[in-house]
Amino acid sequence: MTTAAAPAREWQLSLPLALYFAAFFAAPLAIMLAISLTSETDRSFVGLSYYFKFFADSLSRGSLAETLWLGAKTTMLCLLLGYPLAWLHGRASRRVQTLILFVIILPLLTSVVVRTFAWIVILGRQGIVNSALLQLGLIDAPLRLLYTEGAVVVALAQIQMPLMVLPLMTAFAQLDPRTHEASISLGASAWRTFFSVTLPLTLPGMIAGAMLVYAASVTAFVTQTIVGGGRLIYMPLLIYQQAISLNNWPFAATVSIVLLITVLALVTAFNQLGRASRGYASA
Amino acid sequence: MSGRRLLDASFYATMWALALAAIVLLVAPTLVVLIAAFNDTPTIRFPPPAYSLRPFLALADSEDLIDATWNSVLVAGAATAIAIALAVPAALYIARGRSLVARFLDNVFMSPLILPAIALGLAIVMLLSWLRVPLSIYTLIAGHVIVCVPLVLRTTVAALARLDPALIECSQSLGASGWFTFRQVIVPAIRSGVLAGAFIAFLSSFDNVPVSLFLSDARTVVLPIRMWQLMEGSLDIRVAAVSGALVLLTLVLVLVMDRFVGLARQLR
Repeated sequence: MTTAAAPAREWQLSLPLALYFAAFFAAPLAIMLAISLTSETDRSFVGLSYYFKFFADSLSRGSLAETLWLGAKTTMLCLLLGYPLAWLHGRASRRVQTLILFVIILPLLTSVVVRTFAWIVILGRQGIVNSALLQLGLIDAPLRLLYTEGAVVVALAQIQMPLMVLPLMTAFAQLDPRTHEASISLGASAWRTFFSVTLPLTLPGMIAGAMLVYAASVTAFVTQTIVGGGRLIYMPLLIYQQAISLNNWPFAATVSIVLLITVLALVTAFNQLGRASRGYASA
Repeated sequence: MSGRRLLDASFYATMWALALAAIVLLVAPTLVVLIAAFNDTPTIRFPPPAYSLRPFLALADSEDLIDATWNSVLVAGAATAIAIALAVPAALYIARGRSLVARFLDNVFMSPLILPAIALGLAIVMLLSWLRVPLSIYTLIAGHVIVCVPLVLRTTVAALARLDPALIECSQSLGASGWFTFRQVIVPAIRSGVLAGAFIAFLSSFDNVPVSLFLSDARTVVLPIRMWQLMEGSLDIRVAAVSGALVLLTLVLVLVMDRFVGLARQLR
């Protein structure tokens, strides 16, 4: 093999994976799109009737809105707690940095089903929170904490937090400490330095983390169904119910396509924002 | 001046408090699972009134959970192996390709990481039903490969990006064949990256519910689905034992993998 010929043939290396994705990724999505576009009255016709049905029905429309709102709340909570953690990691000694990294990576690699189970133990009727409140005499009967939206937000924030902190840690590592010193020595307070120097300079990391957390939260089937129970019907559960319980494949396909397009649109928007913020941070 | 010092102190106090809250939030559920696993009551109570190994002993008689674990290991192992075989060659192209095609392929191969897995599972089952292919452990593995590929691809591309291209040029100009260069130069350099990716891919397949929900046949119940069923029904004490065992196993594996391939470094 000569060096000149090597690059020209290198694309062939990705051919097996490309073919695999064509068969088990692109083809299935194409079939699903086709099924979602069948007409409700007459299956042979192409139409948008299932999409009209989705957006006309207040239940499915509400599910989409609730799912997007859930993602937003989870992302904000992750940012509120994850940003100071990444900040602490940036200022800590090497030894503490390693410790923090493990605190972040261990949950990331622990099964999501197991971590969801932990929240049942914490928030259940005989769970930690209820037992503590009962013993302190603050309540007379156990509170219903599980199957509420707040529980889903907290559980999801805990499960997705590593996705927010890891890109932020990279952003803090790239931060030039002299910018911080310059701001302080010019008389700015710690708060002012944070909001006008540190925060803008770590914006790319924030946007990258927010994108990952948001995409993971709106699609988190296991946590949404177990901590949310059957009453809170987010989009992934709606897909499952329509496909398995009601056997309504065209509508399940429609809900899936709506969710896919929404996630793709949001990710694209986050990426554009990220590109813009990188220009801003390095200017 | 003291007002100013107070203001600055309030900033550091706020940041420290939030960071500590984040650490507690990250660590607490793992500890809760570990403690709950040694519960000596038939239902899960916290804190446990008494501790024992009874939940773990109950596991030994649970054929459903043992079968499910075996199925999960088989599926995750096979899917990870196939993902490595497909993703490593593709990474060789994507890491060095500057063309639009390379960027496009990179985006497509990475997309299962952010797309809803439940939609992907449903889409594959629709294709299979259209082709009249019955569900089996093979269809399950085929779906899990899609879940594993982006995880292997990401760490392999990152490892290749760290590899000095001069090394490859050296090997080639000294007359080594492409295969020899791959084996003697590229493989040793990217081994850690591939193994770290494979480890994460295995765990992610082992933990996957949404794809398995659609693609497994009635005989092939995988562990996370069995646990999900047990959690949705009456909260079985065995869930606590399996969860505790998985936490301990993950902890050990992470420490071992970090020792040998620098897992923490690869994930950043």
